[in-house]
Amino acid sequence: MSLPDVKRFSHGSRVPGWDDAVDLTKDPQEIPDPATTPVPAELRAEIEATMAKYPDRRSAAIPALAAAQRLHGWCSPEAFREVACVMRLTPAYLVAVASFYDMLDTRPVGHKRVYVCTNISCSLRGGRKLLGELQEAVGDDPDVQVRGFECLGACDIAPMASIDGVFVGPIEDGEVDELARQIVAGEDPLPAKQLLKRPSADPHANSRDWNNE
Amino acid sequence: MSQQPLIFHEIDEPGLATLDVYRRRGGYGDRLTKALNLPPEALVEELKASGLRGRGGAGFSMGMKASFMPKGTMDKYLVCNADESEPGTFKDRELMQKIPHLLIEGMIIAAHAAGANRAFIFIRGEYVQQADILDRAVAEAYAAGYLGNNILGTGHSLELAVHRGAGAYICGEETGLLDSLEGKRGNPRLKPPFPANQGLYQGPTLINNVETLATVPLIVEMGGARYAEIGAEGSTGTKLISISGNVQRPGNYEIELGMSSRDIIYGLAGGPDEGREIKLWFPGGSSSPVLTADDLDLAYDFNTLAKAGSMLGSGAIIVVDDSNPVVDVCLWLAEFYRHESCGKCTPCREGTNWTVKMLERIQTGLATPMDLDIMASVQEQIIGNCLCVLGDAMAMPVGSMVKKFRGEFEAHIEAARAANQLTGDEDAPELALLQGAVA
Repeated sequence: MSLPDVKRFSHGSRVPGWDDAVDLTKDPQEIPDPATTPVPAELRAEIEATMAKYPDRRSAAIPALAAAQRLHGWCSPEAFREVACVMRLTPAYLVAVASFYDMLDTRPVGHKRVYVCTNISCSLRGGRKLLGELQEAVGDDPDVQVRGFECLGACDIAPMASIDGVFVGPIEDGEVDELARQIVAGEDPLPAKQLLKRPSADPHANSRDWNNE
Repeated sequence: MSQQPLIFHEIDEPGLATLDVYRRRGGYGDRLTKALNLPPEALVEELKASGLRGRGGAGFSMGMKASFMPKGTMDKYLVCNADESEPGTFKDRELMQKIPHLLIEGMIIAAHAAGANRAFIFIRGEYVQQADILDRAVAEAYAAGYLGNNILGTGHSLELAVHRGAGAYICGEETGLLDSLEGKRGNPRLKPPFPANQGLYQGPTLINNVETLATVPLIVEMGGARYAEIGAEGSTGTKLISISGNVQRPGNYEIELGMSSRDIIYGLAGGPDEGREIKLWFPGGSSSPVLTADDLDLAYDFNTLAKAGSMLGSGAIIVVDDSNPVVDVCLWLAEFYRHESCGKCTPCREGTNWTVKMLERIQTGLATPMDLDIMASVQEQIIGNCLCVLGDAMAMPVGSMVKKFRGEFEAHIEAARAANQLTGDEDAPELALLQGAVA
């Protein structure tokens, strides 16, 4: 255990220029000009279609940022500008929204997103160990981010992971290396362990075994 | 169990997520026509008669909630809360994945009862595959004329859209959800005004959980009075419960409310592994105060669990066996709420953070037994002092764990301190440890 080393500016604060007066003559951040902001046509079409689903176009902010993140790999300044340009909002507004949500990355990270659940039900079944092992097995591939995530709503397959939205589990010790290889290679992760193929656990739910007929 | 599953009836039938199979089983049939031809007031009365209580966590009467919607011609909204982020809960996931049309049909009927002609399903962003399934189901329903203008020639119309979130527990709180749906940070709002008066886009809004809405078509079909005969006093009907943690057969089960908790945990889920005993269990998601092995004979329904000092919540049972130190469980729990606190209210933002710090002190052997009292008092000061119940959701289980397992906490503190060779006379044990003054 060590005391955290807090970096301070010369005026003694952790915040740069906290006592600087606000520049009231400065222009507020502007909505990007469509004439000078190129937006990929597909992204523009997707955002416009999303905006049309709501009475207020602002509701499309999160789906639009998610779409831009799929394109750019993360919510880069460029992604924010493009979304802001199509939605007619300031980039600052979108940054404020994106920073609230765990699935929107405001720093450059691997575009293959692997979330390992470390919440209580998964931790009881080795979720935290799985996270460490998977991070080690994947290594420092810059395209992949493996991170612990809050309850993913799949405690029945604990310990589990979400590989770009595909839920797999329960992941056993011997399967971690294979899973890591599949993630790096971009293959279908552990096909036999995917959640969508799992029948109901309730013995009263089905009168017969539908999957084996 | 005498009551057969209602929602999970033949749930694994291949193709049930498609319109054809769902319709063949009676979906979108007579019951939908019947419901749409009833006046909204009659539908609300039917829901009240059924005694259906919200399945998302609060357990508020669905019929009452619908009756709070004002009359008039303003824009009204129906929102389905599919954010399902309460740790331990995964029932809505299975429902939406396997029988999405039941939810859509329930929303058509509920929208009619509420007088809404716009509806949204707010599904958490992590459920990518389930959202894709819902998108397909909604498109099918539009193509078949169950959504859109003039549904089944009754003159009613409903626009339904699936909205994907982006990962935030707080968006399961109804006003946080509304802000998020409006494209903002998901901060909860001050109530009142309640969503029934000023909700989405400032219009009257009815918000219900997935399971609640999916039960509506079944109530219309069987009649509210018949539905009320199932279950227990004050807790009518069947409930989807998610069992996870240290049990042999984790999963979703549909039970009749009022079933014994022991039958659920041991009978359905197989109990903990051979040779293990239940140390504690959360009866309704990680936000519910914990119960112990002594409470296993409680009937699983809203009122009985409330009387026992806990709650049914979302119907998620998390079982913890005796191989897990209670300090670890408590810390995992507190870390989650610290991460998910939106930061708007001070007691929650600071309280969750300090609770984690104190638990870390306990774990690393820097704490004294006095820290337990401080921690318990922090919990008391969170409860009831915030805009929403996220802080309470940590304070209640943590408080209950400290109360029920105080002996184990104290033993842990003693053992960890002894490992650090602290005598208790140090003014600042952290500094003493860091400077190498001890050990």
